[in-house]
Amino acid sequence: MSESIKSDEMNADREAGKLTALLKQKFPNDVLDFHAHRSDETVVIERDSLDSVCRFLRDDSRCAFEIMLDITAVDGLEMNMKPRFEMVYHFKSLTHASRIRLKVPLEEDDCRIASISPIWKSADWYERECFDMFGIIFEGHPDLRRILMYEEFEGHPLRKDYPIDKQQPLMELKEIEERHTYGREL
Amino acid sequence: MTALQARMATSKSGADFSASVMTIEIGPAHPAMHGIVRLTTQLDGELIVGMEPEIGYLHRGFEKESENSKWIQVIPYTDRLNYVSPLLCNIGYSMAVEKLYGIEAPRRAEFTRVIMGEISRITDHLTCLGAAAMEIGAFTFFLWFIKAREYLYELVEEMTGARLTTNWTRFGGNSMDLPDGFLSDLADRLSKLEGIMEECDKLLTRNKIFIDRVKDVGTISKEDALSYGFSGPMLRACGIPFDVRRADAYSVYDELDFEIPVGSTGDCFDRFLVRMEEIRQSTSIIKQAADKMPEGPFMTDERMLHYPDKKDVYGNIEGLIDHFKMVMEGHHPPAGEIYMPTEGGNGEMGFYLVSDGSGDPVRVRMRPPCFNFVQAMPLMTVGHYVADIVPIFGSVNMIGGELDR
Amino acid sequence: MDFLLEIIMTPTVLACIKIAVIILLFAMPLGTVLTLMERKWSAMIQDRVGPNRANIGKFTGHGVLHLAADGLKSIFKEDTIPKGANGFLYLIAPFFGLIAAVATFAIIPIAGPIGDFTFQVTDVNPGLLFIFAITSLNVYGAVLAGTSSNSKFALLGGTRASAQMISYEVFMGLALMGIFMVYGTTRVSGIVNGQNEYWFGNLIPMWGIFTQPLGFILFFTALVAETKRAPFDAPEGESEIVAGYFLEYSGMRWSAFMLAEYISLVGVAALMTTLFFGGYHVPWLHLWESAPQWLVTVLQILKFTFFTVVFCWFQIQLRWTIPKFRFDQTMGLGWKKLLPLSLVNIIVTALVILTLA
Repeated sequence: MSESIKSDEMNADREAGKLTALLKQKFPNDVLDFHAHRSDETVVIERDSLDSVCRFLRDDSRCAFEIMLDITAVDGLEMNMKPRFEMVYHFKSLTHASRIRLKVPLEEDDCRIASISPIWKSADWYERECFDMFGIIFEGHPDLRRILMYEEFEGHPLRKDYPIDKQQPLMELKEIEERHTYGREL
Repeated sequence: MTALQARMATSKSGADFSASVMTIEIGPAHPAMHGIVRLTTQLDGELIVGMEPEIGYLHRGFEKESENSKWIQVIPYTDRLNYVSPLLCNIGYSMAVEKLYGIEAPRRAEFTRVIMGEISRITDHLTCLGAAAMEIGAFTFFLWFIKAREYLYELVEEMTGARLTTNWTRFGGNSMDLPDGFLSDLADRLSKLEGIMEECDKLLTRNKIFIDRVKDVGTISKEDALSYGFSGPMLRACGIPFDVRRADAYSVYDELDFEIPVGSTGDCFDRFLVRMEEIRQSTSIIKQAADKMPEGPFMTDERMLHYPDKKDVYGNIEGLIDHFKMVMEGHHPPAGEIYMPTEGGNGEMGFYLVSDGSGDPVRVRMRPPCFNFVQAMPLMTVGHYVADIVPIFGSVNMIGGELDR
Repeated sequence: MDFLLEIIMTPTVLACIKIAVIILLFAMPLGTVLTLMERKWSAMIQDRVGPNRANIGKFTGHGVLHLAADGLKSIFKEDTIPKGANGFLYLIAPFFGLIAAVATFAIIPIAGPIGDFTFQVTDVNPGLLFIFAITSLNVYGAVLAGTSSNSKFALLGGTRASAQMISYEVFMGLALMGIFMVYGTTRVSGIVNGQNEYWFGNLIPMWGIFTQPLGFILFFTALVAETKRAPFDAPEGESEIVAGYFLEYSGMRWSAFMLAEYISLVGVAALMTTLFFGGYHVPWLHLWESAPQWLVTVLQILKFTFFTVVFCWFQIQLRWTIPKFRFDQTMGLGWKKLLPLSLVNIIVTALVILTLA
């Protein structure tokens, strides 16, 4: 979390929750920061450790996060966040009735991160959406294409430097053969 | 080159008719595609061998628009997310902002929200079940449900002034209190709804043809459902009693008594039964909430959360300044980030909000529940017949506004 | 004048006149009115009002004018031919179905004969075999429309239609075997007259429904499937393959498909009345021996029309009450359940006839 949005209230939320403590103990070098603002447990981790942290969260019986709820990103351009991007992952455990949020800071000129779609299938489309909207590259994603916008769309609309009133030309509808790559594993 | 590719290649040359895979585009304009979505389906005769959903036809840039608006201006946008249960989206967003503020709405407001939210959930389920049944031929069932939905829309209209574009909640309460005679109207409409539910139950639930069409169709296992991030009725039909209303006990749901219906096999029939039962449970929740409806304010009295009374605006300087600042600058939630899960019509509808304290939202993200369901369409349909797309897609209850945002 | 009468009384001319009268005054109007009645009846079932907006000034006639409005609309609509369609086949396909639907009425008597004059276009010797021949022509309409439209949905609809109609024809014939055995003829007049006999004195008429209850259910199911009405409307499959084989049609050609559907609906009802409900015979009317001939004929026409309308209503009620079968379920029902049942029906009928004889 960048300095600019760290408030006094947030400092009050800085007691490490159970899961945060567990992650800190398991990945001492990878946990960069944590908070529990409004009792949402949040852990900021190193980019390279994402895969192992996620596998730990899913497989360890003390965590057992069966559901990967949401992947999104935050563009901190207007907040002067350093680094600019932040990946946000939300998880839900049914076994322990707990939730956790993982955050991964990403540099603007190197916004690549490992895909977690091998771990949770729901990550597949969320990562595609994140790529579409923020231009973040997910390494190891099986089929990283645009999902909400069309293929020819230029730029990534949810980045703060994408003007809201920018217009792009409409594309002609392509023939079915051109739109789809047949034989790709569906 | 896979075998499939080889067959497609020969079929394109036009010489070889042995190629048996036919690509057919179901949607974007197709009677069974409720919103606008395209399912590129590969058929071997009548059998589905491959499918790829393509979404984004209804993308309106909800998140981008919200991030360029004031906090309060987002509420009308949320009406258009899940447009068959707009009140649930209103409530979800408002509760998220309240969580960002760290406040709670007054109890009367919460109980009213529960009533209106459950009405919205019922309309959502009625639409979903009715449309799904209509597409497999039970047209009468659909129109009876639409009739029931109409009764509820009239209630929504009575409360909010609009049927779909409700724009009803505010941060820290609701824009309006219960109108006069609302609770008696409510009881009347609920008894009508119950009558229709009973009739429809007789018409369809034990119909052999209907059961043949939906039983063991579109089955998804517990493990797959969890891995695909399912929630709501789709997950409960697989036998997992996860309901955000119970699991996170937001609002006043912990004071109300309701059951979470679960299915066993996770097929379309279970989803049908789960939704039918949820309508009954919601009816009971509404009745309880109406009985327990406390007296009191329907809007918080915290400063800078609501427009001050006109009496204060004209009568004292604080009121005037508050009014001025509210109009000119809007709400200023404290800096921070929150994720507020609520149970939408389709499942967990979560709002992830980031504020930097400046009065403009930095990030407004809505977790669309049916995103996962549409993603899992290939898993649920491959191996079934082309006609099975209809009940499966019907049970998925894809809402274009929520899916594409 | 005598000369004119002579021309009229020649069999060919007479047959033509009968065709015109029966088709133009019975089948077509009933079929057309049914398009409206279906909408009105379904509206009644579903708590709606139904069509009521077409008007001339203030006169709406509870939606009667929609008939004219719909007809005019489809006449003035553009008759489109999709790109890549086989033009000739595409253009003639709608009329196969229409012809087959109308031709059913050729052998159906709507009242008893007066002297030499019959209220039947022709009483051919093969009788009902003619119906089988004609209904199998029906399938060409669907298949040609499906294959010539150059549309994948239409193709799927066409293949479904051909598979369904050909297989349901098989046990449509088998279901009627019982009737042939009981009344000992395939001639329609013979079957109708056979149903004018009575059991237990004059107590129960020997209608087909009483002699062949199972055959009645089987034949009715087969006919509904044959006309591709709900719940057997997988070939049209409005929700999955949009409209099936007639997806690409517009204007009058589309109306021809619709009209064919409704006329064959009337045809089914008329056939059911003829074969299983005593045809035109009014039960117990023979007890009134001094009844004037004209009254008998009027009563017979009324009775026939009444039962036909009841069966039309029943089919409409079916469509709006129950969901529809999936395509493979339709085929499964046909081959796995109805076919064995119709064989059982034949054997049981044969055994009963042998025992009684």
